[in-house]
Amino acid sequence: MSKRRPYVRSMDGWWKKNPFYVEYMVHEGTALFVAAYAFTLLVGLVRLGQGEAAWTAWLEALKSPFSLVFHAVFLVAIVYHAFTWFKLFPLTMPPIIVNGKKVGPGVVVGSGWTAAVVAALALLGLVWRIAA
Amino acid sequence: MKTRKRSNAPIFWGLFGAGGMLAALFGPMLVFITGIAVPLSLLLPADTMSYPKMLAFAQNFIGKAFIFAIIALFLWHAAHRIFHSLHEIGIHAGIGSKLICYGLAFISTVISAYILLGLGF
Amino acid sequence: MSDTKKIIEIEVLRYNPESDKEPHLEVYKVPFTDDMSVLQGAQYIKDNFDGSLTFRWSCRMAICGSCGMMINGIPKLSCETFLRDYYPNRIRIEAMAHFPIEKDLVVDLSGFIEKLESIQPYIIPKEPRTLEQGEYLQTPEEFNKYIQFTSCINCTLCYAACPQVGLNPDFIGPAAIALLHRYNMDSRDGASEQRMELVASEEGVYNCSAVGYCSEVCPKHVDPGNAVNVNKINAAKDYFLRFLSPKGGSK
Repeated sequence: MSKRRPYVRSMDGWWKKNPFYVEYMVHEGTALFVAAYAFTLLVGLVRLGQGEAAWTAWLEALKSPFSLVFHAVFLVAIVYHAFTWFKLFPLTMPPIIVNGKKVGPGVVVGSGWTAAVVAALALLGLVWRIAA
Repeated sequence: MKTRKRSNAPIFWGLFGAGGMLAALFGPMLVFITGIAVPLSLLLPADTMSYPKMLAFAQNFIGKAFIFAIIALFLWHAAHRIFHSLHEIGIHAGIGSKLICYGLAFISTVISAYILLGLGF
Repeated sequence: MSDTKKIIEIEVLRYNPESDKEPHLEVYKVPFTDDMSVLQGAQYIKDNFDGSLTFRWSCRMAICGSCGMMINGIPKLSCETFLRDYYPNRIRIEAMAHFPIEKDLVVDLSGFIEKLESIQPYIIPKEPRTLEQGEYLQTPEEFNKYIQFTSCINCTLCYAACPQVGLNPDFIGPAAIALLHRYNMDSRDGASEQRMELVASEEGVYNCSAVGYCSEVCPKHVDPGNAVNVNKINAAKDYFLRFLSPKGGSK
């Protein structure tokens, strides 16, 4: 008769026990703000569909301190999403071989950020031109 | 040898990845433009998002695709992440939380498509 | 010449399946010198305080993979972790997380062994090969594609690090997938499609949520996290393109 009695430990609160895990939950949590912003845009789209009066009222609502604060929070969260998204590239991306050598993590992350900056400036430039 | 069941995760993972990439590339500037710059007339004229301009953008084929991609993919990205985070903090409501998370993303996708198509070309 | 050694408090999660209902912490005051590892601290406890303290170890030089344990909540090899780096604070040692505890610091690794076996960890040639054909020839470029993943010493620190293994014990986990990747990426092997069934299954790569802690704790810098995440791309390709291939990919 075996005397083995393996003990299985609980996973409750696992993520609170290590700063690495806490940061993981924080960057996963940015999804809540990505969702909140996307819902904000969806509401805007609904207003656009309802005609000029509804749309203009929506634009006015965006000027309220409530909205400005929310968007400032969205901005911080979404920038943190971008930061951690690119930081994870060495983990999530297949190795890129250039001239027989594997591209280093710094270059991989840097390329991500470069693409983001280019995309952001391109978007700003495009909107500027459309607005003019 | 035991036959293993193939996971359907690639669909949701693919949407998660696409949405995450879009959010990383365009998210910050979009939030800045729509939520801070235009309302405060900072860097951009106050009428950047006026009804005629926005309508024209939404009626344009590329504009339509952009708006749709942003709203839908941001929500599919968030749904996937939030669903998994719930599981990680011990909320294992299984099919219930799956339906709520992905269901909301799906409904929003349908609503966006409906409105965007309804705005015409 | 002063011979007073410093004393460090080592707190150990003890568990005796024959007498304990659950694990409990016990503190031992261990005299130490700056060259002593946490493993030597455990050996001191066993030799001087409680001979029943049970733990695995072998090489004392971070190559056998036997001595993994949680040290202040972080998965580490105890033979290459030093008491001097924790002094004067108390150091807490526990059995590796996400495994059932057999006794004290010893965990049940049978599930892990089964997972390793399940990925077919051997070269499966692309086509049958005779002795007369001679040895395989492999270029340095081909070699570099998989060599990193051969460094795994099966210490299972990555399993102790991975919360998804803890939440789903059926997940085949980082080291098994890294080994699977090692064979898939070896130019001599031809069984990627065969192994895809496991990769794409509900016990496979999609359990991973890119926490990345596995690669962080790996003592041999295998980067199992990368092996897992790259195979998410492979599995997705297999999922979406399976109807195009005449063989239909894996089931």
